[in-house]
Amino acid sequence: MKFEQAAGTNPIDRQKIIGQPTSRIDGPLKTTGTAPYAHERHGPNHGVVPNQSYGYILGAGIAKGRVASMDTQEAARAPGVLGIVTTLEQELLPPGQGIVANIFGGAEIRHYHQAIAVVMAETFEQARAAANMIRVDYDRADGRFDLATLAPQARVADESGKLKGEPFKVEVGDFAGAFAEAPVTVDATYTTADESHAMMEPFASIAAWEGEKLTVWTSNQMIAWSKGSLAKMLGMKPENVRLDSPFIGGGFGAKLWVRADAVLAALGAKKVGRPVRIAMQRPLVANNTSHRPATIQQVKLGATPDGRLTAFHHSSTSGNLPGGDVEVATQQSRLLYAAPNREIFMKLAVNDLPEGNAMRAPGEAPGLMVLEMAMDELAEKLGMDPVELRIVNDTQVDPEKPERPFSERHLVECLRRGAEEFGWNRRNPKPAQVRDGRWLVGMGMATGFRNSMATKSAARVRLQRDGSLVVETDMTDIGTGTYTILAQTAAEMMGLPLDRVTVRLGDSDDPASAGSGGQWGAANSTSGVYAACVKLRTAIAEKLGMDPTTADFTDGEVRAGNRSARLSDAGELMAEDRIEFGDLDKQYQQSTFAGHFCEVAVDSYTGEVRVHRMLAVCEAGRILNPVTARSQVIGGMTMGVGSALMEELAVDTRFGLFVNHDLAGYEVPVHADIPHQQVIFLDHPDDKANPLKAKGVGELGLCGVGAAVANAIYNATGVRVRDYPITLDKHLEKLPQVA
Amino acid sequence: MLAGSGAAVALTQAPGVQAQGSSGGAATPPTMPVSFTVNGKEAELTLDTRVTLLDALREHLELTGSKKGCDHGQCGACTVMVNGTRINSCLSLAVQHQGDEITTIEGLGTPDNLHPMQAAFVKHDGYQCGYCTPGQICSAVATLAEIRAGIPSHVQDDITAAPAFSAAELRERMSGNICRCGAYSNIVDAITEVAGA
Repeated sequence: MKFEQAAGTNPIDRQKIIGQPTSRIDGPLKTTGTAPYAHERHGPNHGVVPNQSYGYILGAGIAKGRVASMDTQEAARAPGVLGIVTTLEQELLPPGQGIVANIFGGAEIRHYHQAIAVVMAETFEQARAAANMIRVDYDRADGRFDLATLAPQARVADESGKLKGEPFKVEVGDFAGAFAEAPVTVDATYTTADESHAMMEPFASIAAWEGEKLTVWTSNQMIAWSKGSLAKMLGMKPENVRLDSPFIGGGFGAKLWVRADAVLAALGAKKVGRPVRIAMQRPLVANNTSHRPATIQQVKLGATPDGRLTAFHHSSTSGNLPGGDVEVATQQSRLLYAAPNREIFMKLAVNDLPEGNAMRAPGEAPGLMVLEMAMDELAEKLGMDPVELRIVNDTQVDPEKPERPFSERHLVECLRRGAEEFGWNRRNPKPAQVRDGRWLVGMGMATGFRNSMATKSAARVRLQRDGSLVVETDMTDIGTGTYTILAQTAAEMMGLPLDRVTVRLGDSDDPASAGSGGQWGAANSTSGVYAACVKLRTAIAEKLGMDPTTADFTDGEVRAGNRSARLSDAGELMAEDRIEFGDLDKQYQQSTFAGHFCEVAVDSYTGEVRVHRMLAVCEAGRILNPVTARSQVIGGMTMGVGSALMEELAVDTRFGLFVNHDLAGYEVPVHADIPHQQVIFLDHPDDKANPLKAKGVGELGLCGVGAAVANAIYNATGVRVRDYPITLDKHLEKLPQVA
Repeated sequence: MLAGSGAAVALTQAPGVQAQGSSGGAATPPTMPVSFTVNGKEAELTLDTRVTLLDALREHLELTGSKKGCDHGQCGACTVMVNGTRINSCLSLAVQHQGDEITTIEGLGTPDNLHPMQAAFVKHDGYQCGYCTPGQICSAVATLAEIRAGIPSHVQDDITAAPAFSAAELRERMSGNICRCGAYSNIVDAITEVAGA
């Protein structure tokens, strides 16, 4: 089905099941520990393949240089060891999709903890012990690790965010002239930290060979991409590779790609002639895999006294391995606010740290942390309410292409509704005025913005003899609620109760979906199921001798004219289709919007920050399931608190590694850091987006939150910290005198 | 309804049973017999002494509900109850648990017969990816018992007074269980409901 024109009325609009607050259908499995994650698919009851052995990965102890020699004799003789594959016996594998780091092979080390060996043994303990017996000699080379030092030499990136093509800058009007003339200006530099996905389930895979065919039971967000990627890396035909990933213990972008666990399980299984099961040990994850790169950003804003932006500059510098991309931190700035004179670009500094790559809301997460702090600074200089400043600068069209409107854009409503619900009028605009005992109290807000991306997605639906339905697609549920919303979509389309629909996910043998990433999963994968259901409705109606165009599917029955029949009367039928998109996303900018509000208290003695209240008002088209959508948003809000207050991979600039590479050293929010969180969804179905009229919320919930927290801290203390995360050492000395 | 519990496959070899070194000459790692009760059932194992309680459960008893998030006592995903007290099962060796009574997530309820805490997590959407969830639920059950038993916490103004079932108490006592998906607000709602029941 090609979606080329705005959606008219369709069965989804009934909203009997879609749009209703529905508990997750996978909830009973997840809450009882019976949902099978990748590393658990062993044993008599859960096993996917017999005779599994354990693999354990060894990571490089240098960031740059070469492996001079490896002595594996002692390890090979250790109890239980079945075999060892070292990087010196394997040619460098070709790069996988979306990855620039070396995954395995060859003597060259390009980043710390690059995998250099895998040991297979009968037990986990034996594999781990033997891995530690491998003696490695390195020739260490000097590397480039410090972004601040590298930034002056950074080059302007091309439009794709790399250094291959022409340098790309958005230049509209005359920024320099307008900024020089602007009566009110902000010009400041900000930094954001390297961050780690830190999903709770480490990368994990079981690999088994059957002749030329390889099956990998894994934990991966993008099954179709990763099937092709793994085949390419291993020099195989894609049809000989099968991936299966029904449950994923979090990904946040880290599991978009094939990583060392899957590759080494496959190589190891070939070596020892047995299936191999690997979970990457937690201390390896941060440096072996990828992270959100740190940025240095500059914002220059010029405005008239009534708050209209006349000059807008946003630029960002980040680092990455040779061949890598920029962190696209200025992405939202091209679309968020009207301003006639604009200058926007990104710079890339080549470094030798672990690979920078996509993490939840790549670009917007660090970009809005900065832009929305700069807007707060501008509001203060103007003596204007920060909410009003955003409203004054709202745009209903693409600022670079005014002929191109937004499909739906109700940011102003998000902000006004949020201000009202949050009691924003009780905020004292003058900072450091509100005290509650020893606490300094403040409120802050920020705009949230993230694009909605249309991408093809396929599904198969099978009507069973008993009138129940099975949905099959390689789509993944990474905690997003996919199982539930796909079941809701199919149930709504076929007029069945939810418990008559079974959903099977994550198997690469099933039709290729959009996958989970970029907050595109929900809207596109449900649209794929919609397309398949439209086809199945036609097949059922025709089988029953009814007119497919007028047949009504309700309560397990099909009705047309005076006739009605049970769905089961049609017998077994199957339909497969995919949603594809025309150019509506070119004609109309399709985005999602939020107003984020936050209240914090800062201990006037210690500088400790406590978040007291949080509210997000979101516009993201039709909300498919308010329960799971709300969870996506509060999850983003929680990650935003982490970015604002604590999350930072600390770079050892001598040895080129992230030193806090585990869950004790890399701090993420815990229960005590997070208050009750309120979420409000506006009801604006987007008929230009897809047949579901839905857009994503999984990243919107994070976008802007960090700035709302930071702006609340400033309102509480009067101390502006422009370097995230805002740990207490950065403002303690400057806090108001304790009375 | 949901598919994907994983097709059962008959294995030719039980996994993780005491393995012999397959390469000649090396000393076989020391093993010890240990017996304990898991969810009311006796378990008798002979284990490599390096096997943690978590791996004994996951790899040897096929109780994979307890999760391995970090293997270093940093995340709480492996939380189980030993003789009524919650612990990080990755931080103790299995052979330390001779005679202990261990309760895992599988011992609280089943998909068809949920424990009230499991049902509350479903109702309040107190999870997303589900990987930290068994640990959160075991910790939540133990947390309520700790408050009932009057065990004090950092957030009490007066540690000699009985602790309350307040949100602040629950958040403080649950802070050893990381949820990266960020379901905390919903988890506290779920626990609060059970606490009030």
